[in-house]
This record gives sequence, C-alpha cells and structure tokens, in this order.
Amino acid sequence: MVAFWRTFARNRLAVIGGVVVAILVVFAVAAPALAPWDPNKHDTRRILAPPSAQHWMGTDQLGRDVFSRVLYGARVSLAVGFVSVGIATLIGVLLGAAAGYHGAVVDGVIMRLVDLMLVFPRFFLLLAVLAFLKPSIWTIMVVIGLTGWMSVARLVRAEFLTLREREFVIWSESVGASAARIVFRHILPNALAPVLVAMTLGIPAAILMESGLSFLGLGVQPPHATWGNILTDGKDSLEIAWWMTVYPGLAILITVLSYNLLGEGIRDALDPRLRQSRVGRVIRLGG
Amino acid sequence: MRRPGGRVLVLWVAGLLVAGCGTRAESPAESTGSDARAYGDTFVEASIGDIGALIPNLASDGASHDIGALIYDGLLRVDKNINWLPAMAESWTFAPDCLSLDFTLRRDVKWHDGHPFTAADVVFTWQTLIHPKTPAPFKEKFLQIKAVEALDPYTVRVTYPQPYGRALETWNEYILPKHLLEPYVADGKLRESPQNRHPVGTGAYRFKEWRSGEKVVVVANPDYYLGRPYISRIVYRVIPSQATIFLELKARGVDYSSLTAVQYKRQTEYPAFRKVYDKYRYPGTGYTFLAFNLKDPRFADRRVRQALAHAIDKRELMDGVAMGLAREVWGPIRPGNWAFTDKVKRYEFDATRAKEMLEEAGWKDRDGDGVVEDGGGRPFAFTIRTNQGNDERKRIAEILQQRFKDVGVKVEIQTIDWASFIKEFVKPRKFEAIVLGLGFGADPDQYVLWHSSQTDPDQMNRTGYANPEVDALLEKGRASCRQEERVKYYHRIQEILAEDIPMIFLYVRDALPVIASRVRGPDPGPAGMLWNLPEWYVPKHLQVYTAG
Amino acid sequence: MAFFIVRRLLLVIPLLVGITFVSFIVISLAPGGPLDFLEAENPDLSPEVKRQLTELYGLDKPLIVQYGNWLMRVARLDFGRSFLPDGRPVLAKIGERMPVTLALNIIELLIIVVVAVPIGVLSATRQYSVFDKITTIFVFVGFATPDFWLALLLMSLFGAQLGWLPISGLRHINWEYLSFWRQQWDLVSHLLLPITVATFGGLAGFSRYMRQSMLEVIRQDYVQTARAKGLSEEVVIGKHALRNALLPVVTILGLSLPGLIGGSVIIESVFAIPGMGQLMVQSIYARDYPVVMGNLVIVAFLTLIANLFADLAYGLVDPRIRFGRRRGR
Repeated sequence: MVAFWRTFARNRLAVIGGVVVAILVVFAVAAPALAPWDPNKHDTRRILAPPSAQHWMGTDQLGRDVFSRVLYGARVSLAVGFVSVGIATLIGVLLGAAAGYHGAVVDGVIMRLVDLMLVFPRFFLLLAVLAFLKPSIWTIMVVIGLTGWMSVARLVRAEFLTLREREFVIWSESVGASAARIVFRHILPNALAPVLVAMTLGIPAAILMESGLSFLGLGVQPPHATWGNILTDGKDSLEIAWWMTVYPGLAILITVLSYNLLGEGIRDALDPRLRQSRVGRVIRLGG
Repeated sequence: MRRPGGRVLVLWVAGLLVAGCGTRAESPAESTGSDARAYGDTFVEASIGDIGALIPNLASDGASHDIGALIYDGLLRVDKNINWLPAMAESWTFAPDCLSLDFTLRRDVKWHDGHPFTAADVVFTWQTLIHPKTPAPFKEKFLQIKAVEALDPYTVRVTYPQPYGRALETWNEYILPKHLLEPYVADGKLRESPQNRHPVGTGAYRFKEWRSGEKVVVVANPDYYLGRPYISRIVYRVIPSQATIFLELKARGVDYSSLTAVQYKRQTEYPAFRKVYDKYRYPGTGYTFLAFNLKDPRFADRRVRQALAHAIDKRELMDGVAMGLAREVWGPIRPGNWAFTDKVKRYEFDATRAKEMLEEAGWKDRDGDGVVEDGGGRPFAFTIRTNQGNDERKRIAEILQQRFKDVGVKVEIQTIDWASFIKEFVKPRKFEAIVLGLGFGADPDQYVLWHSSQTDPDQMNRTGYANPEVDALLEKGRASCRQEERVKYYHRIQEILAEDIPMIFLYVRDALPVIASRVRGPDPGPAGMLWNLPEWYVPKHLQVYTAG
Repeated sequence: MAFFIVRRLLLVIPLLVGITFVSFIVISLAPGGPLDFLEAENPDLSPEVKRQLTELYGLDKPLIVQYGNWLMRVARLDFGRSFLPDGRPVLAKIGERMPVTLALNIIELLIIVVVAVPIGVLSATRQYSVFDKITTIFVFVGFATPDFWLALLLMSLFGAQLGWLPISGLRHINWEYLSFWRQQWDLVSHLLLPITVATFGGLAGFSRYMRQSMLEVIRQDYVQTARAKGLSEEVVIGKHALRNALLPVVTILGLSLPGLIGGSVIIESVFAIPGMGQLMVQSIYARDYPVVMGNLVIVAFLTLIANLFADLAYGLVDPRIRFGRRRGR
C-alpha cells in the first residue's frame, strides 16, 4: 500500500490530475452555491455578450450566463461519468465473478456475451438505442453503462482465474466456506485496484460520449446545461462568441485529461503487482 | 529508398504539391462588364438532410421538393404573391357550378427524354396518387376529386363531387410521366422505379446526377417551354450540419442559405460579406400561437381570452425570441396571401385593460395574494405546455408566464418530448393551453382547423372551436371556385377569428435568406425565394463556375 | 492450430444470431414510429393516408412477427428497403457509403500506427523523461479534445478565415472536370482536416498501449540476456524487444476494428463526408428504422469478420498458439 503511494507520488502528472479531479468534483457539487446566475435565466438584453466582470465567461445566444452553465454542466458531466461507470462496473463485477467462479458453461456463455458486445461499435450502439428512446439523462447514463461493462468483467474474471490456479488447494479446502465469502474476502480486494483503474479511465470516455451525443442533438436535452449543449449552442456563433466554444471545450479537455493522467498514474503505480498477474494484459485505455 | 513503393509515394506527393500550388478554387475576376442577361454559371445550394426521393410526390422533406420543383412542372405555377399563372396549362375555366374544371394544355411541352407531354400524363398522375399502394404523404387533396379525364390529348377535365375551393392549388402538383412509370403503379413499386433515381420531368432543369449523401446536380433544360433557364447548373450539396453550412457560406462554398436571427444581425454585417452576399428578409412560412382548450370553462369565456390577449406584449416576444426579426399576426392567413386582411381587431398590449376584462369575467384578486380568483375563491392557474427541444417556444412560454403573472394569472410551464406531447396531450385534448407553430398554407382554406366537425383526436381542430357562422363561411369558402367570392368569406372569417381568438396568434418569424450577390433576379415574396429561379442569371463578367 | 481455426469459425455462428438479437432488442425499445415524424404539424396528413402508409410498411403487426420476418430476410441478406421516400434497398445505401468510411479509417489507422509506435517505444525506453512527459500530455490532450470542437475550430481557421483548405465534403462540386493532378490535390485537401482531427484523438490509445507493452517486454529476462550478450541497444530494442512488444498491438488493432468499420459519426457529420457514420445519424433523425437496424447489423458483422481475421493473424504470429494446444484468454 505504502509502495503504491510512493510510486504514485513520484508521477507528477498523475498527482496534478488527481488534484484537478478533486477540484472539479468540489465545483460540481457546490455549483448551486458557486454559480453567480441561474443557468437557465434568459436575458434578452445581453445576448452573446463577451466576458466581463458580471459574466466571467460571457453569455450565450439567449443571454444565459456561460460560467454558471459550465458549473452546472460539470454536475451533469460528472454525474454521467460516475453513474454510467458505476453501472458498468456493477454489471462487470457481477458477470465477471459469475464467469470466474462457476467456470465451464456459465463462463462460456458470459464470455460469448462479452465477445458479442465488443463486436458492436460503442457509439453506434449508443446512437441506435437513443434513436428509439427519449434522450434523457437517465437513459444516457444507463446506456453508456450497459455498453461499457466488458473490460471490467474480463478483469474480474481474470482475477478469479489467477486465484484459482494459484490457490487451488485452499480453494478446495474452503468448500465449507460460502462462495460469497471467498469472493468478498479474497478475490475482490485483489481485483479492486485494476478495476479502479478501469473505472477512472472509463469516466472520461463517458464524458466525451455525452458531449458527442449532445452535439448530435441526442444527448441530455436543452435547456439543461451540459458542456456538450453549450458547445452545440455556440457552434453557429463561432467567430463572434468564441467564449461559448472555448470555455466548455476547455472544461471537457481538462477534465478528461486529468482523469486520464490520474488513471494512468494509478496503473503505473500498480505496475509491480501487475507484472505477476495476467490482469495486466487485459487493461485497456478508455471505455 | 529501398522499396519502389516509397519512390512512387514521393512522386505522388510531389505531383500533389505542384497541383496544389495552382490558383485556389475559382474566384471571379474583378472586372467590369455589362449586367446583361447571360447564360452560364452554377448555383450552389446546401441542404441539411439528404434528398429523400426524386419522385417528390412521395416525399415530405423540403430538399426533395426544392429539387422536384426544378425538375418537374405542374399545370400551374405561382407568381411572387402566390397568384396562379399558367405553366403546362395554357388556360383553365371553371364550370359555372364549380363542379368541373377544364384545362387547356400547351402543345409544345416535352419530357426531358423527348416524349411529348399530353393529357394522358395528367390523368395518370391523378390515378397514381390516389392509388392505395402509392405511399404519397399529401394525397388528401387528390382524394377530393371525382374524376380526371382527357377530353382530347390537350384538354383535361377535372370533376368534383362538390365544389372544392382548393382545386387550383392541387394542380400545382408535379406531373409524372405515364410512359415511364405506368408499369410500377399497380404493385406499388413506384419507389423502386428508375425514375426515383434518374427522374425525367418537364421542368426547367434536367437531372444530371445524384451522389447519395453528397450532392444532386441538375442542368438547364434547353427545350424548356418557358425559355431556357440562364443559370446552367444547379448543385445541391448535402451538408448535415448547420454550423458547417454557415462556414461554407462565409468561405463562398455555397451560394444560398438561410440565416438565424443572430447570424443575420451580428455575424454577417461586415463589409466583405455584404459585398458578396445580398441579405433578404420577408415573412416566413409559419406562425406561432398560444392555443386554449375551449372545453375548459375558464377559457370558454371569450372575455378571458381577450383579456389574456391584452396582457401580451408581442413586441417583447418578437424581440426576445427572434431579435425583432418577425412580424405580428392576428390570424391564420399569411400576410401577402390574396385572402389576407389586416383590418381585424387587434389586442394591444394593455395590462390595465386586461385586468379590467378579467374582472368583468368574474376574476378578481379577492385575497390580495397577487393572483385573481373566481367567485368560489379558486385561483386562476393553468399550465402552458409545449414541446421539448424548442428553445423558442420555451422562451415564449416563459415570457407569457411573466406577463400573465402581472395581471394576476399564475402559469406553470411544462415541456414534453414531441412524440408524447402529441400523443398524450394534444390529440386527446388533455391540455389547458399550448404553444405551438403551424404552417401557412398556400390556399386560405382553413376548414380542418376551425370547423366544428374536425375535433376528433386525429383531426386538427385542437381548440375545439365551434362557431356556426364560421362553419358556414368555411363551407362556402371551400365550395366556391371563384376567387372574388372566396375573398369575402375569408375576410369575414379572419375578422371573427380575431375577435373570438380561440388561439392567440402571436407572430411569424422572418425568413432570412442570403444569396450570392452575383446572382440577378431574386425577388422574394409570399411565394418564397425560389419561385422564379429559372429566370435568374449571372452577368458574364461575374460568373464563377465555368464547368458543366 | 487447425483446432484453433475451426473453433474460432464455429464461434461466429452464435455471435451472428446474437447480433441480430441485440439489434432487435434495440429496435423494440421504440415508442413512436416513422409516422409520428411525418405528422409534424401538417394539416394535410389525413388519417386515411396514415392508415395506408401503416399497412404499406407493416407497422401494425406484432413485434415478434416483425422480428421473425426480419430475421429470415437478413438470413437471405435482404435488409429491406429504406422508409425514406426513395425506398432504396438498405444494403445499397450502406454499400455506397462503406468504401468512403473504410478508406478514411484505414488511412487514419495507418497514420496512427506509424506515429504511435515510435512514440510508444521511445516513451518506454525513456520512461519518466521529459520526452515521455511531453508526449504523454500531447497524446492525452489529443484524446481529451472533443473532436467536433477541434473540427469546428480548424474549419473556422483554415477554411473560413484563412481560406487555405475546403471546409466540408469529399471533393469539389466540379471534381469531374478537374485535371488528374488537381483531382488528387482536391481529395487530399478535403481529407486533410478530418484525418487530422481523427488521428489527433486516436494517437493516445495506441501510443499508450505500445508504451505499456514495450515497458513489460523490456523488463523481461531475455532482454537482459540480449544486452548481456553484448548486442547494441538498437538491436536489442529494435529487433528483439520490439517484435515481442508488437504482438499485443495486433490485439489492439483487432479491438479498434469496431471503430474502424463503424466510422466516426461526429467527424463525418461535421465535415459532411458521406460515410456510414453519417448515414446512421441521418437515419436516426428520420426514424428510418430499416437503415438503422441494417447499419448496426452490418457493422457488427463486418467487425466480427475482421476480428476473426485479426485473431487468425495473431494465432499465426504468436508461436505459443501456433504450437500450443489451448489459447488462454
């Protein structure tokens, strides 16, 4: 544990990433308190006003304060990130554990399911589903989650297999102990770290996907403030209202960058441990 | 390099660089010259959606109809003010009882493949469109016809079971070639006919090519019966992003586009743009309204509706929503239409008067809470519903909410996604008030909207309006074929509607098209921008595209 | 080896069925229908007409029957016809878009590999150095930048303001009339921005994976042995380490195939490139169900095939599989 932190702290970029992520979370949670304006309040006298003392990031085409919208957008983006990754992880852990523990047929079926889901391009599948459902924040979170559990499942399963091979003796001895106990006390703690990496790297992917969906009009619907929505609103006024494009774009960039650096840092810090298990081969970047 | 592949690559790149160093695209020389009519040049339009079909009768998207209007002609066409002019029909006459309509067709019209156009094609078009297997979205007006017969190769008689006021509008429809399409109709295989990909029409432009998702190209028809069009080619580019279209406009990659209010006012005022583009502004094709559910006893009282009308400041709405680029409307007929009149009652913005009228109707603030109540102490509160995803309508709802609050009426706003909105609220008329938009039709007949019989869920009289005088006028207007007569009916209808206001007609946004200034001839009006496209031209010295 | 091939081939069949099933689940989520779209405030659309259209498209039959019919038709490679007025076969519509997307993505993939491999290798051999840090930030910024944002910025700068490059589309409207070399240049200039935006985002994945893989390999014993034998560093890295480090890259090539064939939806939409991604988006807007479903199935199917080849290639390349009995996963 201590070794982990020491390695992690050595990686300056990862630490910065972690700090930025923490700040973002604080901003997002405290948005209602921090936002100087109501993010949905129109003000027709101040359409597309450049940044000023009153409106730090200017106003949009309906006179809404961009800074407040960016703050509230952080909530949506982070919520989408956390919840969808949470869902994906939950499904992944359950299925991966089932596959690893039961083996044989169950393992076969679940692994085929993983193969099946991997065959679909994720964004495509997302779009197709959203074509048939009303794009609301919950739909999006669930769908991103439902399409991203595969890597976690593989990780957890790999952990099971590793353990199986190595501690075969203990395994057969603990036939008396309940399966749940084995899972929770032995397997999950070991799998936790790489799963954590997968989660950290899954969040930025989810955020990027949400903003892409918003751009296509299939994301969280207006007038909710999401970074993708602000960008979409601003795309027609690119030259005269650069603030609508630059600020949310930067917000996305910084958030995703930080999460990635953080995730990479965690992964690198886990490196010595990874070398021994086959779990290391399974981690992929992003969702 | 060791491998020959590398060498080829280098040569290719070199060739590219040489080619790339040539002149950039095509830009007009800064020459002077006469403005005389000249043939040539290409006009480039952009469309967000891909063309749906090249048999436009089967399509409902704007792009298909824009192209269709170039390739196909109807028996009639419109002038700037939506008056009917002869096209493939030289002349027409109604029988005195308005039950039949005779067209005399021109004899010099040919299909693009050389085949002569005759009355048989007209009969065929009608038969095709009413055929149950033909998936045409707008066949309604053809279903009203009793029969279409060819009295001789150049005379067509259309008979109606009862007089139909919109008869002439029907024959603006694209006429289809019998000699090419006949085999496909019976089995409903129109969409699979080659015509849908390589259309043959009688219009001003001939089809050249369609690269799916990329562009459609049409070229001038030299045998066009109204005279060869001046602009040689028209290219329709498919660009699925409005932001990209605007950038293309600035980079002069397209010659025509519509602007948003913000773009019109703020982003296109610089000298370089104004030199190359002409901006236009004229009333658009649809209006926005606040409709009441007249089943609700509160709204059944006309005074209440009138009071609420007085509470609205339309100027504020238009400024807030369209940066002022809109016009007020007081009725459902488009300004500029032959049946339009603005000599109707208007409800000026007057909050005091609004409160007075509410009081007359029994609504007073009896307990000093800022909200008016009726005799039984119930506060006047209702919900305005509109569809999600439309910032404009939401904004209107919010402004109305504020204004109604000022006169003591409490309003909640609900935005619902389109499909549910229509299915669960609008159709079963489970609403109190809604903000929506409607298109102005070309013909002033408003039967489906205001007649008391049109109140089924699938019909369009959403407010539940029932006024016997209006009913009678609607029926008469529909049943007459004489414009002088119809005008009177529709004027009266507009007067009554403006008085009764089952819905408060708010405004019509301006259409804000932009056309490359080298093009001479655009003359926008109620018929839109493109009604006289075949007459546009670019003077020789300004022509940009020389190919094709 | 033969056993391995046969086993992989047999797995394709249940996956195929699974693809159609998942696709069908997707479509059965639909509440509205294509007719709701037509209805958009058009007073002329009478109930009679709607009824005719419903019958025509078979929208009134129960869901199970619709799936059964569709499945049987898919088995015959009949994806039906588009709901759009042009009524063209779905397969035709997808077919004409496919070459564009494939070409675009192959070029993109090639560029990414050519750039990412050296970056990954150098980052690994100089772990934690300044180079490593800078390239890390660079590729991550690339990954973090929303592609439509970058696209719009570049289009605005190079297209509208500077006028150096065309803004959208695949080629000039008068491409057919240009000379051969002008045509080539036209294509290149149209593709320059989209590919730049796409590769900028895609570098991260590959280079990081390459780096990771290289790092693992470097620490292996045989690398130490090679060094001990006195071989120069370039040979050690370039020949021995690299070859082994590239193996997992083949895997990741396989994993990135879905993206390859599906096309980049956003880039195609912003740059107006008539590919499969754009087709998907437009069909969704138009509620053109047959095309949406067909697109999904075909893309998944192609990915499946491509994965199969990638796996077979991997099997050929990895000696452990060539000579081993079972391949652990």
